[in-house]
Amino acid sequence: MVETLRPILASIPLFDGMKPDHLELIAGCASNVRFAPGEFAARQGEAADRFFIVRKGRLALQVHGPGRGELTLLTVGDNEVLGWSWLVPPYKWHFDARALTDTRVLALDGRCLRGKFESDYQLGYEMMTRFAQLMTQRLEAASLQLLDLYGSNA
Amino acid sequence: MRDALRQTGADLPDPMRPVPFRIRRVEEETHDTFTLVLTPPPGAPPFSFRPGQFNMLWAFGAGEVPISLSGPPGEVREIVHTVRAVGPVTRELRRLKKGDTVGVRGPFGTAWPVEEVAGSDVVLVAGGIGLAPLRPALLALLAERPRYGRILLLVGARTPGDLLFVNELADWRGRFDVDVDVIFDRAAPGWHGLVGVVTSLIPSAPFDPRNAAAFVCGPEIMMNFALLELERRGVPPSRLFVSLERNMKCGVGLCGHCQMGPFFVCRDGPVFPRERVARWLAIREV
Repeated sequence: MVETLRPILASIPLFDGMKPDHLELIAGCASNVRFAPGEFAARQGEAADRFFIVRKGRLALQVHGPGRGELTLLTVGDNEVLGWSWLVPPYKWHFDARALTDTRVLALDGRCLRGKFESDYQLGYEMMTRFAQLMTQRLEAASLQLLDLYGSNA
Repeated sequence: MRDALRQTGADLPDPMRPVPFRIRRVEEETHDTFTLVLTPPPGAPPFSFRPGQFNMLWAFGAGEVPISLSGPPGEVREIVHTVRAVGPVTRELRRLKKGDTVGVRGPFGTAWPVEEVAGSDVVLVAGGIGLAPLRPALLALLAERPRYGRILLLVGARTPGDLLFVNELADWRGRFDVDVDVIFDRAAPGWHGLVGVVTSLIPSAPFDPRNAAAFVCGPEIMMNFALLELERRGVPPSRLFVSLERNMKCGVGLCGHCQMGPFFVCRDGPVFPRERVARWLAIREV
């Protein structure tokens, strides 16, 4: 019997409380991937055909600035999610994603998932709701970073 | 929580008179933050304080500022203050050297309820200079380590160069009985640690929210978002505590400079149960 990734998905906060049949559908789009330290998981401008859930390790979301090198916007660690460009046309990565340590991830195929959302709107709604929450948290965090709360003028 | 949060200051023999303490040591923490180690004058009564309390420090000729005690709590022979040089008085304090004199009034204010949260997981969330008032609380928790569940210290700072107590944080990280995470708003190329805001550490932090208490100290906006995340995790609102900062002058609830709604922050705070001040924190300019 082939084991699916469903039990692993069920333990990840993004999928907390999701129905088993939906988890099974998502597991059909998931695979295990490993990135070596320094290896790119995604490159700015490339097709965003998947997103990542870190199982062990750390990924950095980065942007390259001329004369400034790689600037890290945020890091994600165990059980955290990186990437939502797979949900939004034109499905291209807006930033680089790079492994800071030896990193094991679940890679979820965005095209595969979008296809399943088209035939199962309830699953699509579930995932959109969860990603909306994730985006809200990231937007809040980015706003706090912009405020420079600990700076001299804070 | 009554004991830790009882009002103090007015019971001191002469709370308005500064005592001349001598600077024993000055330690540079960051480009704008330093630590003063002060000793009382000969013959002075022992100095005793609880984690979270503050002193009024007088830089002669410049003025007086409230500064939290950042050293080990209890009855002590020297007191420790970590100060960020941001105004005329703190800049004057920064110019002082070993052997110089600082006027000290205190200790004032309420304390982190360290005793009252025994048996729970304890989460300390610090932003920037907010780590200084939490340091005595962590030292008190570690001094009685078996009495607590998991102890977590979540620290946010602007950049790696702005981090306080670097060596001590490394020591704490090396211990197996405390979880320490440090995250920076921004980091230079080559940095391989965490980047983001301190509130982002809360959702995955390893503690049991149903049996946890949290002490939060930092800029007020950061504290508000940290409290939201702690509530989302399920920490009971009655187990959330914050340390507030207002324009304090007298330290004993007489002058009214630090009034926030019905409270004087110097006397009724600086440590408050979140529930007690939530209404007032939501009102602008209070």
